[in-house]
Amino acid sequence: MDIKELFKSEIQVINIGLNNFKESLDRAGFKSVNVDWSPPEGGDIEILELLEKFETIKTKIDVYKANEEAVNRVLFSKPKLVGMAKAIDVIPGMKKNMILHAGPPITWERMCGPMKGAIFGAIFFEGLAKNEREAEEMIKNGEIEFSPCHNHQAVGPMAGVISPNMSVYIVENETYGNKAFSPLNDEGVVKSLRMGAYTPEVIERLKWMEQNFYPAIDKAIRYLGSIDLKAIIAQALHMGDEGHSRHKASTSLLFRILAPAIVKTTKDSCLAEQILKSIDVNDFTFLNLSMAAAKVSLDAARNIYGSTMVVAMARNGVEFGIQISGLGDEWFTAKAEIPTNALYFGKFTKEVANPDIGDSSITETYGLGAFALACSPTFIQFVKGTVNDAIYKTQMMYEITLKENNVYQIPFLNFRGTPTGIDIKLVLEKGIVPFIDTAIAHKEPNIGIIGAGFAQAPFEVFKKAMTAYIQRYSYI
Amino acid sequence: MFLKGAILKGRYYDSITLMSVAKELRNLEGVEEILIVMGTQQNKLILKSLDMYINEFDEARDNELLIAVKTSNEKLCDEVISKAQDLLSTRTIERKEEHKYEPKSLDSALKILPNSNIALISVPGQFAAYEAMNALRKGLHVMIFSDNVPFEKAYEIKKYGREKGLLVMGPGCGTAIINGAPLGFANVINRGDIGIVSSGGTGLQEVCCIITNMGGGISQAIGTGGDDVKKHFEGMSFITGLEALIEDNDTKVIVLISKPPDLEVLEKIGEVIKKSKKPIIGAFLGVEKEIIKNYGAIPAQNLEEAALLAISYSKGIPWSFFLEKIKETENMLMEKAKIVSKTFTDEQKFFRGLFQGGTLAYENQVILKNFVKTLYSNVPLKSNIKLENPWFSKEHTVIDFGDEFFTVGRLHPQLNYELRNQRILSEARDKSVAIIYLDIVIGFGTNPDPKSELLPVLLEIKKTSNVLIIITITGTDKDPQNKKDLIESFKNLGIEVFERNATASKFAGYILKFIGG
Repeated sequence: MDIKELFKSEIQVINIGLNNFKESLDRAGFKSVNVDWSPPEGGDIEILELLEKFETIKTKIDVYKANEEAVNRVLFSKPKLVGMAKAIDVIPGMKKNMILHAGPPITWERMCGPMKGAIFGAIFFEGLAKNEREAEEMIKNGEIEFSPCHNHQAVGPMAGVISPNMSVYIVENETYGNKAFSPLNDEGVVKSLRMGAYTPEVIERLKWMEQNFYPAIDKAIRYLGSIDLKAIIAQALHMGDEGHSRHKASTSLLFRILAPAIVKTTKDSCLAEQILKSIDVNDFTFLNLSMAAAKVSLDAARNIYGSTMVVAMARNGVEFGIQISGLGDEWFTAKAEIPTNALYFGKFTKEVANPDIGDSSITETYGLGAFALACSPTFIQFVKGTVNDAIYKTQMMYEITLKENNVYQIPFLNFRGTPTGIDIKLVLEKGIVPFIDTAIAHKEPNIGIIGAGFAQAPFEVFKKAMTAYIQRYSYI
Repeated sequence: MFLKGAILKGRYYDSITLMSVAKELRNLEGVEEILIVMGTQQNKLILKSLDMYINEFDEARDNELLIAVKTSNEKLCDEVISKAQDLLSTRTIERKEEHKYEPKSLDSALKILPNSNIALISVPGQFAAYEAMNALRKGLHVMIFSDNVPFEKAYEIKKYGREKGLLVMGPGCGTAIINGAPLGFANVINRGDIGIVSSGGTGLQEVCCIITNMGGGISQAIGTGGDDVKKHFEGMSFITGLEALIEDNDTKVIVLISKPPDLEVLEKIGEVIKKSKKPIIGAFLGVEKEIIKNYGAIPAQNLEEAALLAISYSKGIPWSFFLEKIKETENMLMEKAKIVSKTFTDEQKFFRGLFQGGTLAYENQVILKNFVKTLYSNVPLKSNIKLENPWFSKEHTVIDFGDEFFTVGRLHPQLNYELRNQRILSEARDKSVAIIYLDIVIGFGTNPDPKSELLPVLLEIKKTSNVLIIITITGTDKDPQNKKDLIESFKNLGIEVFERNATASKFAGYILKFIGG
């Protein structure tokens, strides 16, 4: 609008800074809106420099188009559960002596307690060693190879450990044809492998799942043909789930689909009852599917030239890492924090908590979890929050995402789509980092879950990613 | 006295929060001074100059918060520091618990108010530049209230705005009134046919108020910030504003207000003036009348004259009528000054002008120059002398508390009266001082209650000192602060109150002449 026109128009003001200037406009009867401004990362000038360089790159590359492509790929992905198999048989790059883990790459020496515990558990499960000493010896001799789940189209909650003979869900992206894999959920008791416990009961339960649960579920899925995970998640959001830390609705919906098929395909009715009961008692059954659905959709958006969209956020219990669509498979990492806004069970406190861990933040990357928190007032109660808190958190996430989801909706926000597609540029510009719903493991192995609450992605990883982006694209 | 400090990391607070916390703690018994500022290089220098610096601050980064406390005993220092931390943290929690969602960026704000046409920016300088550029790219006009915008950035912004035909007011622009909308520090004015471009904020307010109080009206009041008329900015905003007013059908008369621009810039402005058919009044304070005339503008010696000339052209009232009035007033002032000058002791000789408004401080000097030989100031006219240390006055002194020297790490003096209040008290203790001169600028955006800010200080002075207090109030009757009540309360204390800085300055000038200062 040129100045002449301005003098003839109704003045409407965006006020960035001192609040009382807006109050003046209110009192004088003019329309205005306040920006709740704060400087990026408490006033880091380097961020401004990065953002300015980014503006220059934008004149050479159509970043908008690249991001449009990336986020649309996420939105149009159709994750379907098509069956199960042993990890070694289906996971690309999986080896007989390989154990996959959550988060960015890490060596044995640097691994945290719960991850080490889960790896012991996996070694015992595989029958490779009889005790911790033997297991540690093997590891130190280099007989075991470690690799992040994410590098193998896989994701796992908490320690995220997958060993060759564990069975995994196979989720296929109907639109783009790619696949993703996730292990079974062994929740149900406080001690679980994913939380770093490896007591005999834990191993026994894993064995039971491999021998009974896996074949039965596999048969049922194959009998059904496939299960549309997106449809389940969309409904579950309307029913009070947020797709990361609350899966009561999604697990129930899955149960309704699976139950007749299990009855049909499992000859032994006592076993069928056991299988159904084990789903019934474990609200987190669907978590691993939600994660795989997220993974398969985000993988379809990888490697889009020029895109600044985040395609993975993951933690290994020591470091928090992200990957960016336009930057290949490189990880950008920073120290993982201990969640402070959390509820600790019983006698546990944050002094004994392990820093943030797990691939489950893939759900936030996908537009679920804390990004869909407004769907889940029940979960917010868990950390003594209010419904308003939940809505507020989700609203903040719209600030750093590219689009609103076309399928996942939030009833409380008039069915707005969940914020989807984190953009590192927006994170940097606004100084808002992604919120993440999370569970907390004890820092020592063998103790398990001690709490749950909210974590935040460290700002540093976004800064590092943008620095790399600018290096990569300023040679164009 | 004990001095202690602390560094707080990883938190951002707006200056209002910092001010209110510091204010609360400064009132505690035994606290001499407390400063809470971000750890920028500039702020560190300020702390040093105030003897509030500790070596630990060397380590602090720009985005870390520094707390420096001076108290009567060591224990109290620690208490105040920990209290400051408590207050700061509770304030954030309060804000968080409200959880009222407000957009976090211009882009999100545009989703809420898609027809926005002006961005009003008052965040720290470096960030203001980024926000302003973003707003311009989105096609919004901008007003940048913030100071300390790096030169190259400010230049780039102004140039971009000029190329795109967008108004860029500022950086360092305190006041604008566009279509009656008050932006920054602004008054409730009458709408009318007088358009104004001004490099100074309070100058703009003063002229707007005189025009309104005289029954005239304003079409647009465009501020540019003081630096705009300096050589390196080429008067870009000033000229854009002037051209817009020349083209604007609702503007009949134009007033230009500024401290002396650099000559090259004045030349450029002059070229534009020459092309205009509308009467243009040039109040370039301190610039030779003849120079202004040569460009085809009508010269005004001070802000009052500029406002009256504008009304004269707007309403078609002959200038001789106003000249008559001005003369009458001067005679009256002189008579009154004669009487007042007899009430001083032999020691009382000097003038101390303590200003919130930069252009008012300047106008005051322009007028006093006719009455006294030398004036000291932190913002001197060419013919006056720059104060070596603005914290200490010398003979006749004019201080502008809006100057960057005082505002870095503090809120603007129109909002925060504290620093000037302290200075008033110390000036009153000086037996050689005859007149303390204060301006009060009211209106939107400024301090909502100047009376309770200032009255206690003045009451205290009245008890112990024979000093004469002169107050000038810039404002209109419709401003949110009750101007009439304000004038009444000060008059009741025996204070001389005026509604125009020029009139008040002349009054002070005559007194000084009579007491031979």
